[in-house]
Amino acid sequence: MFAGFDFDVIVRALPYLFLDGMAFTLTLTVLATLGGIVLGTLLALMRLSRFAVLSTFAASYVNLMRSLPLVLVIFWFYFLMPYVGQWVTGAANPVRVGPFWSSLVTFTLFEASYFCEIIRSGIQSVPRGQVMASQAMGMTTAQTMGYVILPQAFRNMLPILLTQTIVLFQDTSLVYVLSITDFLGAAAKVAQRDGRLLEMYLFAALVYFAISFTASFFVRRLQRRVAIVR
Amino acid sequence: MSMIAIKQVSKSYGDFQVLKNCSTEVAKGEVVVVCGPSGSGKSTLIKTVNGLEPINQGEIVVDGTTVTDKATNLPQLRSRVGMVFQHFELFPHLSIAENLALAQMKVLKRSRAEALAKGAALLARVGLSAHADKFPGQLSGGQQQRVAIARALAMDPVVMLFDEPTSALDPEMVTEVLDVMVELANEGMTMMVVTHEMGFARKVANRVVFMDAGEVVEDADKEAFFAEPRSERARQFLSKILAH
Ligand SMILES: Nc1ncnc2c1ncn2[C@@H]1O[C@H](COP(=O)(O)OP(=O)(O)O)[C@@H](O)[C@H]1O
Ligand SMILES: [Mg+2]
Repeated sequence: MFAGFDFDVIVRALPYLFLDGMAFTLTLTVLATLGGIVLGTLLALMRLSRFAVLSTFAASYVNLMRSLPLVLVIFWFYFLMPYVGQWVTGAANPVRVGPFWSSLVTFTLFEASYFCEIIRSGIQSVPRGQVMASQAMGMTTAQTMGYVILPQAFRNMLPILLTQTIVLFQDTSLVYVLSITDFLGAAAKVAQRDGRLLEMYLFAALVYFAISFTASFFVRRLQRRVAIVR
Repeated sequence: MSMIAIKQVSKSYGDFQVLKNCSTEVAKGEVVVVCGPSGSGKSTLIKTVNGLEPINQGEIVVDGTTVTDKATNLPQLRSRVGMVFQHFELFPHLSIAENLALAQMKVLKRSRAEALAKGAALLARVGLSAHADKFPGQLSGGQQQRVAIARALAMDPVVMLFDEPTSALDPEMVTEVLDVMVELANEGMTMMVVTHEMGFARKVANRVVFMDAGEVVEDADKEAFFAEPRSERARQFLSKILAH
């Protein structure tokens, strides 16, 4: 099976695979993680809010996102966003949204639902006495959250947040449905062009595995280091 | 002049009434010890004083401010009322120095330098200067509780509330915390202290409040309370805890 295996096709494609493909994949992963954590934190605060409107909205949002296949959401957003943009800006024609922005928004909105649940359990993992102690010194609810509860919640949840980022890193490969040149997209294009499907898909799998495995390894090491001593 | 006035306070959790028409007062400079069996509502009562626990009926006035008034700025009131908890509640993600500085900066808007200096002075006072850069988890229970007292004092409170400050400590650490509290009392700090440490009560309390099943059963001068508790329930409670 490996008799006709052509390593050379991989080597020749390396600059394209990494400088174009992997650069996009990593950019999307990092930006969507940051956006997802910011939005996810807001959603988590809404979910824990004593105002029913907010908590119901956040809960429904999370449940909706978690019930839809990601690939479908990617598709939908890509085709709908131009019209949403037109509606929001009042433009005459659908607003052109490139595949990058479309996928970034999609992943941010989608991942936010997962980060929301992680951060929510992080907040709940902080003992109630910490809130009492903060408030007893006159700190407002916002100060208590910002300086006492969230820093501890993030510390407690850091390993899980990073693990979710690794999942996101793998999930970004779904942007191939928009014909985007992410890492997998680049590999697929070379595979098609040179008729070297076996080499390219095997190599792509190896790279995803190596990066995810190494990252998971460091997350486990980190987990032991950041644990808060009580 | 009364620093804390608790007037006919009642509170329920659903069908369960935790506080039943409780009244007592703490005058300026006075030390009042609150004791009673576990579950009698002591923690709940002391937390109503700074509004951490809302009440259903009655009125609470602290240093001229009505806590139970909807218009009261609770954060502002709380910044003048120090509170020390059974489980210390230091912030585990911050160093000891930062634990002492945080609320000074965020609530009292002191500069970082000013807050750190004030914190350092109070750490010295509780004998823990050497630990400023450590984290709470690296300190013993007794040390953590002394830090917690220093942290509360850093806000320049007009009154201090203690909720069983020594009951989570190993026996050999109780004294170091009580010593700090005795010193504080001797300096004239107004204190409301939930504790079963009757030695402390005998030494510095002016009055003792005995609670049982959500009621203030006895509210007496220290001498009267220890000489001859009026109620049978207080007598039983005292004989039980003084036995060991
Ligand atoms: N949040 C709560 N919900 C329901 N019951 C509570 C709550 N907090 C305290 N209680 C009950 O109120 C009673 C008094 O509690 P507490 O004030 O902590 O007593 P103490 O400090 O004297 O041991 C206990 O029976 C306790 O179970
Ligand atoms: Mg209690």
